[in-house]
Amino acid sequence: MDLDLSSVEPFRAEVRDWLRAHVPAAPLPSLETGEGFAAHRAWERELAAARLSVVSWPARYGGRDATPLEWLVFEEEYYAAGAPGRVSQNGINLLAPTLFKYGTPEQLDRVLPPMASGEVIWAQAWSEPGAGSDLAALRATATRVDGGWLLNGQKTWSSRAAFADRGFGPFRSDPEAGRHRGLTYLMFPLDAEGLTRRPIGRLDGKPAFAELFFDDVFVPDADVVGEPGEGWKVAMGTTGSERGLTLRSPGRFTAAADRLVGLWRERADPADTALRDRVADAWIKARAYRLKGFETVSRTEDVGAESSVNKVFWSELDVALHETALDLLGPDGELEGDWLEGYVFSLAGPIYAGTNEIQRNVIAERVLGLPREGKA
Amino acid sequence: MKFVLDAEQRLFGETLNKLLAGAGTPGAVRAWAAGDPEPGRALWRSLAEAGVFALAVPEAAGGAGPLPVELVTAFHELGRHAVPGPLAETVAAAELLARLGDGAGLGSGHEDFEDRASGHEDSEDRASGHEDSEDRASGGGSSGDHGGELAAAWLPRIAEGAAVVSLALPPAVPYALDADAADLVLVVDGDELRAAVPGTVRTSLDPARRLFSVEAGTAPVSGPAVRAAAGAAFDLGALACAAQLAGVGRRLLEVTVEYAGTRRQFGRPIGGFQAVKHQLADVLVALEYARPLVHGAALAYGSPDFSRDVSAAKAAASDAAYAAARTALQVHGAIGYTDEYDPSLWIRKARALRSAWGSPAAHRARVLSRLTGDRESAE
Repeated sequence: MDLDLSSVEPFRAEVRDWLRAHVPAAPLPSLETGEGFAAHRAWERELAAARLSVVSWPARYGGRDATPLEWLVFEEEYYAAGAPGRVSQNGINLLAPTLFKYGTPEQLDRVLPPMASGEVIWAQAWSEPGAGSDLAALRATATRVDGGWLLNGQKTWSSRAAFADRGFGPFRSDPEAGRHRGLTYLMFPLDAEGLTRRPIGRLDGKPAFAELFFDDVFVPDADVVGEPGEGWKVAMGTTGSERGLTLRSPGRFTAAADRLVGLWRERADPADTALRDRVADAWIKARAYRLKGFETVSRTEDVGAESSVNKVFWSELDVALHETALDLLGPDGELEGDWLEGYVFSLAGPIYAGTNEIQRNVIAERVLGLPREGKA
Repeated sequence: MKFVLDAEQRLFGETLNKLLAGAGTPGAVRAWAAGDPEPGRALWRSLAEAGVFALAVPEAAGGAGPLPVELVTAFHELGRHAVPGPLAETVAAAELLARLGDGAGLGSGHEDFEDRASGHEDSEDRASGHEDSEDRASGGGSSGDHGGELAAAWLPRIAEGAAVVSLALPPAVPYALDADAADLVLVVDGDELRAAVPGTVRTSLDPARRLFSVEAGTAPVSGPAVRAAAGAAFDLGALACAAQLAGVGRRLLEVTVEYAGTRRQFGRPIGGFQAVKHQLADVLVALEYARPLVHGAALAYGSPDFSRDVSAAKAAASDAAYAAARTALQVHGAIGYTDEYDPSLWIRKARALRSAWGSPAAHRARVLSRLTGDRESAE
């Protein structure tokens, strides 16, 4: 057992140097606004030009075949440098792993390069008004037609969909089949004929997500991911990567925790030991998440349901860390700024990518082996 | 980079787990609590045979150490089986003695020992709770190399399991654990290391922890080297305790999951209810993130970050184990609240070890003081 990172130091140094030269001096406007979205898209293009937008992907799709350890190091440097949020993350972290697992070579060639460059930005379209935690209750349909499918119904809470270019998600293609059967996983343009999108303001009013109304939206066969009818399996392949490390890498939290310690040094009343405990705890937990990341990439077996353990941990750490920062800021805690933006973003963490209630069920049933809910 | 236990380290942990599972540890714990240390001492000897105590003793002194990763692997299993006795104290004492022995052997601590010698004339008038330890502690040699003598006398015995050592490091470790069952009782007071006389015994929540106030005897060793060695000893003791806590928490989760899967109410196992599941899931989450901190701290042994990383591990392991204990109690219901049912052995130990070797708040403060460069404030 060791923590010897010397083999990745040259890579780390390259990434650090590049970021030092390129990260915008002033923060970009929030990526949940039209102006900010465009600025973040331009940043993705810049990253891609240096082959740093998707380091873990194969070179032929715009990556560098980086090892998981190199990816962890990239993320550490990225967030330590205060680089912009990743507007492409839903595509890169959710759709791309699904395509690597279930996509055809033609899909990989067609979809991945423009995703890597920020030319096409993807939105996740899974939830529906009646299908949140209970995703298998989804009702939006995909009907077989000549050469493809017609989509009808409604999706909602679709992150980034207010400004993104394309969406992906499961649709019910066989209404007669059981809940988990008869779903088909599809990719579609958000400006398609028959598709209406209505941006939804999140807690701070910024249009971070949207609802989508489908009225006979045509999707060609080439945009089905996996086999028709296998959409549940395909979707679950995505949730595995969502809950693993890729959605929220340790680097985000170690960088934020270091900034929190800096804030404490600047602003805290040393006699406030309650706050001191919380600052220390945020740093300790960020360190724990970082070390857990090293543990995960050191393991050879599939992480599987254990990824739910990660999701509960990082999402609650993120909220606690930002709450602590706002408390440290006292009366300034309510003022617009990076900490507040981070706080509002963090509040969604325990909800999206499978609520933490669902994750705890998964942990209890599939990791600890407790009886299934509702079964005697 | 490979941040998981290697095959040999895993096998070592599994071997200890099997050894302890077959040794009837709950009986030894209860005997220990009742003042009969013999079954516990027998356990101690078989752990020594398996190489546990040698991990903290340098090779030059008859051990196999220092091997901190193996040490935390072992202490996880000791906690998992609620092994009684001054375990963390003994390995911390080994660290203390090894450091002093080093200093004496290399001559680098010579001035320190001279300082001490000039400050204490009463070297014949040593008090000790045990004749045996008095012999060893006094050594009879010149005062200038007492650190070396102490180390030479005790380290091989610690490695082979023949010496149970209790150690007080006030203020964080004010009592000498199980001093009545120990072969040597040490107390460090500032710059002075003394053989100690056990005073009044105090009752702990964990009946297998017999806490003695100590009366310091004379100072066999003194000087700044003692303070530095005591700092290192504290770190290793706190790390061992953190690993022990992680093992205590793991065991509590195991028995509680098993219980929740079999105990039936309302026509189904209580583990089928979400309210129960979510509590147990939270315990797993906490334990899963305490482990890498413990391993990370073990790998930091000898680095400038060791103290900080030990504190991070101890704070997290204390919280995780304590959460495991509270959940175990709640899920077991009334039977978990009974003395006679074995989970109580771990439930009580989790609470006791949480405050032993530095409270979570003290360790958090130390993490932050290390991070902000304010090194004195938390020492």
